[in-house]
Amino acid sequence: MFRLDSVFKSYGNERALDGVSLTIAPADTTVLIGPSGSGKSTLCGLLTGLVKPDAGVVYFCDQDIRSGSIRELRQRIGYVIQDGGLFPHLTGRANVSLMAVHLGWSKSKIESRIDELVNLTQLSPDLLARYPAEMSGGQRQRVALVRALMLDADVLLLDEPLGALDPIVRAQLQLELAKIFRELRKTVVLITHDLAEAAFFSDRIVLLRQGRVVQTGSIRELRDNPADDFVRQFVNAHQLIQVQL
Amino acid sequence: MLRALFLCCVVITAAMPALANEPVRVGSKAFTESVILGELATQLGNNAGVATIHRSQLGGTRLLWEALLSGQIDIYPEYTGTIIQELIPGTAKDTAAIEAALKERGIGMTQPLGFNDTYALGVPENLARKLNLHSISDLGKYPLLRFGFSNEFLNRKDGWPLVQAVYALPQTNVTGLDHDLAYRAVSSGSIDVIDLYSTDAEIEFYHLRVLDDDRHVFPGYEAVYLYRLDLRDRAPAIIKAISRLEGAIDAPHMIAMNASSKLQKIPEATVASRFLLAQFQIKSTPHVDGMAAQLLLRTREHLLLVGISLAASIILAIPLGVLAFLLPRTGQVILALVSVIYTIPSLALLVFMIPLLGIGTVPAIVALFLYGLLPIVRNTHAGLAGIAPSLRESAIVLGLSPGARLWKIELPLAAPSILAGIKTAAVINVGTATIGALIGAGGYGQPILTGIRLADNRLILLGAIPAAILALLVQGGFGLLERYIVPRGLRIKART
Repeated sequence: MFRLDSVFKSYGNERALDGVSLTIAPADTTVLIGPSGSGKSTLCGLLTGLVKPDAGVVYFCDQDIRSGSIRELRQRIGYVIQDGGLFPHLTGRANVSLMAVHLGWSKSKIESRIDELVNLTQLSPDLLARYPAEMSGGQRQRVALVRALMLDADVLLLDEPLGALDPIVRAQLQLELAKIFRELRKTVVLITHDLAEAAFFSDRIVLLRQGRVVQTGSIRELRDNPADDFVRQFVNAHQLIQVQL
Repeated sequence: MLRALFLCCVVITAAMPALANEPVRVGSKAFTESVILGELATQLGNNAGVATIHRSQLGGTRLLWEALLSGQIDIYPEYTGTIIQELIPGTAKDTAAIEAALKERGIGMTQPLGFNDTYALGVPENLARKLNLHSISDLGKYPLLRFGFSNEFLNRKDGWPLVQAVYALPQTNVTGLDHDLAYRAVSSGSIDVIDLYSTDAEIEFYHLRVLDDDRHVFPGYEAVYLYRLDLRDRAPAIIKAISRLEGAIDAPHMIAMNASSKLQKIPEATVASRFLLAQFQIKSTPHVDGMAAQLLLRTREHLLLVGISLAASIILAIPLGVLAFLLPRTGQVILALVSVIYTIPSLALLVFMIPLLGIGTVPAIVALFLYGLLPIVRNTHAGLAGIAPSLRESAIVLGLSPGARLWKIELPLAAPSILAGIKTAAVINVGTATIGALIGAGGYGQPILTGIRLADNRLILLGAIPAAILALLVQGGFGLLERYIVPRGLRIKART
């Protein structure tokens, strides 16, 4: 679905990505993980076209994303960020249907699509009548997910979607999300700094450090065959917490 | 929001009075004697069957002269000394030379009206006695005396600069202030020496001693009317009518008229009409508005000034603010430019605009419009720049076009800030619109100006209180408007 070919990106003297090559397979859930400053967010920006690479190419469906219409590409990506990124001046419903209205969908088509997604996500429909300021953090993330799914995008790109939630809501949403991902069989790219979350969701983990891909593989592979000491430490640090619990 | 703005503009434009066929316009400067002379000419014109209106207390010499040259007014009272020294410097002092110089500019002059209103310096009688001051030369012995001069006198070639040079006066403590306030300041003891007009009624009232001009600095200031020569074709009757005043007003009569107006608070129109009745048995009906009628008129004028200028500011400033946000480098220029405009003193701005726009409502609206730009441009820019980066990125990644992003996301999110800018502009505008009176646009500034001139606090309040109330109403009105313009989602507090 996505392919990065030795991509470099610097901000001033700071090198954010240092020759990253990576393939994100369709219908998989890929988790980008790494400590802060490892280049996760820059990588995410590259996929949405918000960040332009200094060198290297980003392909979407085997097409250089610079060559086509970036807006059409973006309409094929469903994007959810940490606090949801819902527009505070619009109700949940207006947020969800914003792009569909913009693209000229008929009212009935919009309504039936919203119904479909409300069923899928088990969102309480009256939530859509509220403004983001009237929703809880978890509710905002659910509405943001519905918005991301509205156009039936090929890819779901989730940037720390559960990062700001308290542990109970977070655990519950993790379960719900996993179920939705299974049902939809979409390509999912999830960015997190939490290895447990990564292990929970992913088919494949991409571990980043200082702008480089350190290791790619399942959680088992990372644990059993760590590429270097950093991977071992990273995996162990998370296991340590679980042991203490 | 757009629809609301459009509606605003339509209503305001409809309220604009149609510009009727222009009658003869008499102007006068912003001091009582000039207003009375303007009123005399107006009433004589109307009495002779010429539709004549009085654009009272328009401002200072420069403004009236420019207005006469550009045809914004047709007649105004002036003084020969001022013509020689200020208006056409370098002209010889004889009447024929003055008339010839004026004629070149399309201006005619009546014969002198009969009194010489020269400049003079005055000190309180008790101070004069204590220091033994009789002539201007005597002032040289007391370098610490505090001088307070009208701004015009302070800067005119035939004013303070000439006096200081000829008498070699050492004083450095020289303040510029309004002529009418100068009398109050000197009587309260905060200044010692002021400039006077020799026909001022206050000289006696405030017990001032007029110092002898022993070196003859001040030329004669014979009162005359200046008029546009094209009046000879347009309305010859009014020239004939005002010529009846030639030689007809001597100094005691002028001082008496000034005193009636300034000290007894009789309206200038009434003072003028009594004079015409006594001297020429002319019965004119002076137009004197009652308080309610005046308030209504001033309110209408004020609303017109504020409404149109504010609407125009909004229409230009919001796109400018958006542009400043979209193109940061151009934006710096735009923001700097509107800031500079804001710092231009209103009086200077008005004088600059006379050659382009004349006097009256239009230049006042343009000035207010220019002042209204800064708060709206700045708040529009700040509102857009203050949108959280995550929201801006969300809008981009959703795939909205730049135009849709601006309309559907960014402008609504910036709406509270934009509206606050408009509110600031409106409230400032209500206050600043009082300058409209300086250029003949009326408004609440008119009673304030007259009140200052006549030392009449009641009149000042008649302008100041409604202006304050209007500012409060505007403030409140925008509070209500906020509910319609600012999206509901932005007005509710976020759950934590």
